[in-house]
Amino acid sequence: MRRRLPWSFWLGLALVGLLLAVALLSLLWTPFPVGQVRVVARLRPPGGANWLGTDHFGRDVLSLLMVGARNSLAVAAAAVGLGAALGVPLGLAAAALGRWGDELVARLGDLVFAFPAVLSAILLTAVLGAGAVNVVLALGLFNAAVLARVTRGAALAVWRREFVRAALALGRGPLSVTLVHVLPNVLGVVVVQTTVLFAVAIVNEAALSYLGLGVQPPNPSWGKMLGDAQTHLFTAPLQAVFPGLAIALSVLGLTLLGDGLRDWLDPRHRSSGLL
Amino acid sequence: MLAFALRRSLTLALTAWLATIVVFAVLELVPGDPALLMLGVNAQADTLAALRAQMGLDHPPVERYLRWVGGLLRGDLGVSLTYARPVADLVAERLVVTLPLALLSLALSTAAAIPLGLLAVARRGRGGDWAVLGFAQIGVALPSFWIAILLILVFSVTLGWFPAGGFPGWEAGALPALRALTLPALALAIPEAAILARVTRTAILDTLGEDHIRTARAKGVSRTAVLLRHALPNALLPVATVLGLQLSFLVAGAVVVENVFTLPGLGRLLYQAIGQRDLIVVQGVVVLLAVFVVLVNALVDIACAAADPRPKAAS
Repeated sequence: MRRRLPWSFWLGLALVGLLLAVALLSLLWTPFPVGQVRVVARLRPPGGANWLGTDHFGRDVLSLLMVGARNSLAVAAAAVGLGAALGVPLGLAAAALGRWGDELVARLGDLVFAFPAVLSAILLTAVLGAGAVNVVLALGLFNAAVLARVTRGAALAVWRREFVRAALALGRGPLSVTLVHVLPNVLGVVVVQTTVLFAVAIVNEAALSYLGLGVQPPNPSWGKMLGDAQTHLFTAPLQAVFPGLAIALSVLGLTLLGDGLRDWLDPRHRSSGLL
Repeated sequence: MLAFALRRSLTLALTAWLATIVVFAVLELVPGDPALLMLGVNAQADTLAALRAQMGLDHPPVERYLRWVGGLLRGDLGVSLTYARPVADLVAERLVVTLPLALLSLALSTAAAIPLGLLAVARRGRGGDWAVLGFAQIGVALPSFWIAILLILVFSVTLGWFPAGGFPGWEAGALPALRALTLPALALAIPEAAILARVTRTAILDTLGEDHIRTARAKGVSRTAVLLRHALPNALLPVATVLGLQLSFLVAGAVVVENVFTLPGLGRLLYQAIGQRDLIVVQGVVVLLAVFVVLVNALVDIACAAADPRPKAAS
């Protein structure tokens, strides 16, 4: 019997779809040009032509949020893409190589987990300078270690199954078995983990941009917007609400999507999660 | 048990050693002359030469690494360029802010998460359960630094109950110091509590399916007593494991949250060191935090193995 996708999946998909749509729309249209500075109209409350108000330079907050979505998604996608490109093959190789490869991935995981993503990004930016590329590099390496561990665990379970033993008995080599039998069977787990890592990358990018180490001005980013809003908390408190809400809704959408996919792929989880 | 503890200590030492290599190697990536990067292009030639000598840049990298690690083992993290003081002293001064902050946030998150997890199980499938799960789902999605800003907005700007930032120091008295740490600790504790509440709920539900619980119920032990005396103690093991794993996120969160509240802790020291291009401080603080995370994770593993022999047997 085909299982129905849980409602968490659909809610998550709707939120992520909205995020994507806003990011894509910002390529074609924003209510105001994002770099348009109007000091006379600074820190306006929401309403009128500026639906969400203006920032301390008089820039339209909605336009900044829309372009911020694009930057946030781009950094997170690149960090997760880099993580997947390095981590998935490494995890597959570790499972195929047996004990030696296992040990390597385990130690690599221990090492990377000793450096929380934000900490490694701080270390890299201290040396190479602040900027989106170094953030992608730091978050990508952290994601690679997580994905290598997850892929290895799932791949080891597939290697123990009978159809893999049968393929080996028929003379298939480890590379062929990995590509034809193991990889398709671990993809579900990898996709679920990827959505979670995407959410983590969005939060970390925002945190680093808040500190001034991530996406650099004049490019808008949600984290930088929060940092700027904090200095005007007394005069324009709502400016601190919108970027945070954008981050929270994106993360909520991605975690719901991941939870929904996981429950769909493995119904045993359903009792333990929200949905 | 002893064999497991020994094996885990060995991997701990190996990981900590690898962490020192990574930190050292990353700083070797500095394009050009690290002394020039730290002092800027307008630095005097003799100042540059003095810094190069202090950093040992005229020696080969392997020798410098061995000296640096030797120093680390003796508690010598080098001398800060900006403060002209030993980094170890700076770290010790900042730890009196960061350590209580981390402990307070751990205490707050655990104190909230365990009752919430119990409530969810006791009201399973009903309003209380849904409320806890809703909190867990939303709490995880909230970045701690945004929570921090919202807390400042509500409790400092609007209500004026807590300071919006800064730290008066412990010499001003425990109460003012704790007041300054309350909002930062809450900001760190809320996402942590969301994760832990969910883990506690799942762990208790898993335990409730075990034979000894059914036996206790069959013998007439009340539902509440079974939950508190039989299910909860067994569920604490996975909670402690997740708590240990979350530590690295707490460290990263503290770096950002300390900056939101301008708390003079390790995170603030690290952040300022980047602005001042004080690579010696960055190197010392990062390696210390990394070794701390590795150490706590190993201790959690060993404590869990001591409390429950099953994972040890499986390993």
